[in-house]
Amino acid sequence: MINSRHWIAFRTLLTREIRRFIRIWPQTLLPPAITMTLYFIIFGNLIGSRIGAMGGFSYMEYIAPGIIMMSVINNAYTNVASSLFSAKFQSHIEELIVAPIPNYLILAGYVAGGMARGLCVGFIVTIVSLFFTDLEIQHLWVTISMIILSSMMFALGGFINAIYARSFDEISIIPTFILTPLTYLGGVFYSISLLPEFWQNVSLLNPILYMVNAFRFGMLGVSDIPITTAFSIILVCIVGLTSFALYLLNKGTGIRN
Amino acid sequence: MKALSIHNLTKTYRNGLKALKDITLEVEQGDFFALLGPNGAGKSTTIGVITSLVTKTAGTVKIFDTDLDKDPEQAKAYLGLVPQEFNFNGFEQVKHILVTQAGYYGISATEAEPRADELLHQLKLWDKRNTPARALSGGMKRRLMIARALVHKPQLLILDEPTAGVDIELRRSMWTFLQEINAQGTTIILTTHYLEEAENLCRNIAIIDRGNIIENTDMKSLLNRLDKETFVLDLKSPLPANFSLSGIQYQQIDQSTIEVELKREDGLNALFASLSDSGIEVCSMKNKANRLEELFLTLVEKAEVTS
Repeated sequence: MINSRHWIAFRTLLTREIRRFIRIWPQTLLPPAITMTLYFIIFGNLIGSRIGAMGGFSYMEYIAPGIIMMSVINNAYTNVASSLFSAKFQSHIEELIVAPIPNYLILAGYVAGGMARGLCVGFIVTIVSLFFTDLEIQHLWVTISMIILSSMMFALGGFINAIYARSFDEISIIPTFILTPLTYLGGVFYSISLLPEFWQNVSLLNPILYMVNAFRFGMLGVSDIPITTAFSIILVCIVGLTSFALYLLNKGTGIRN
Repeated sequence: MKALSIHNLTKTYRNGLKALKDITLEVEQGDFFALLGPNGAGKSTTIGVITSLVTKTAGTVKIFDTDLDKDPEQAKAYLGLVPQEFNFNGFEQVKHILVTQAGYYGISATEAEPRADELLHQLKLWDKRNTPARALSGGMKRRLMIARALVHKPQLLILDEPTAGVDIELRRSMWTFLQEINAQGTTIILTTHYLEEAENLCRNIAIIDRGNIIENTDMKSLLNRLDKETFVLDLKSPLPANFSLSGIQYQQIDQSTIEVELKREDGLNALFASLSDSGIEVCSMKNKANRLEELFLTLVEKAEVTS
């Protein structure tokens, strides 16, 4: 049961996480703004002008939701993975273990911190995208709920990664070798309808495809997959990851001796 | 009321090492309690289990009658921990560390800030309140850890070698501070390798060795058990060649220094009478080792022989 003591503890943890990524803004907020600007210039402007329309929109308009989603996903994941691993590495995770905070609140605090950074970066990238294209939101609630759920899902993923990680290398392996390829193959830069049927079916195994398409539906009103399927899959993933993260926390994996 | 009750506590690590072997220990409310033992004896594991940093294999831990397994939140709320190693975020500012710690215990920032300010003044960290913790000196970091452990006003404070590596002046000021806190009602459990510290501060003591409690008593009775003491005497002039002390065991260290081993019941008068008869003047005298240190070594050696 949540009481005022819990609420203060959660708020403290969230504030600490937000303060952390703001304190190191040249590492956390600036790079995605620069990288995404380059995406817009290179893929949107230079290459996009030769590709022409996609799904009834200019290429720049088509890729903008995917690029925003990509930055949200990456930053939500990275924030939790690096913050929790640093806490383990410097042993200040012990402050939380010793304190009377239930495990679900520790999880909630870190995940909310990751979501905060993801959404903050998403906002910055959206502002950047407005310099290159006009964005009109077609379905506000789909857009908002999808970006929140996606950031939550990847923040949970980052948490589990950090629990298992024993070195800084191990928190960069998943983003580099799994997250980035899945993002690029998740329909950020293309519609899966352009792929042969076999690869379309393979793409359906990629959860990022559902997020990107649902988010694109919210902004542009077009999607390669049904929106209800996208929401269902993401919710199932969130429930699964939350249960697993809590199981690990309760067991003390990676954080208790 | 017992501030801490540990019953049949066992910890076996994954590599098979039995760090704690069915130990039972009780600490009264208001006590200043020493938990001593050689390196690797199980002190830090015991503290780890009490503070939830280590998962126990078997046994029960109760803090102020609250079972750590049944109501961990309430049990943990009583505790404050000063660990052996620095474990704060070095990039955070000193005051932020304290206010954040209070927040974890459900204390709002408005309530925590005056308390943090008070502790920063008391522990002479006020000037460093806006400094990142990593920029503090070793002694300041130790004081910061004490301030952090006290910010939520714990009823049971556990100090795991709090004065390791700090200079004597700072150590003494920490002793005074801890004595004041104890006098105000906070129960304190202290582990230390400075046995002089334990002897000066603590009223009760447990000695742990190889995962077993080999002694658990009050400091006074333990020290009374010391049947002999070794003194080092500095003499005014070199010892004469034919010098001897009848019935007293001694060893000449250099020309004008002797080490004398005395049985408790013999007292010092006989020694000084003998020296006086031989025309020897003593400049100064000191215990070779701290009394608790001598007992500690005897007990640990005895435990080794038994095992």
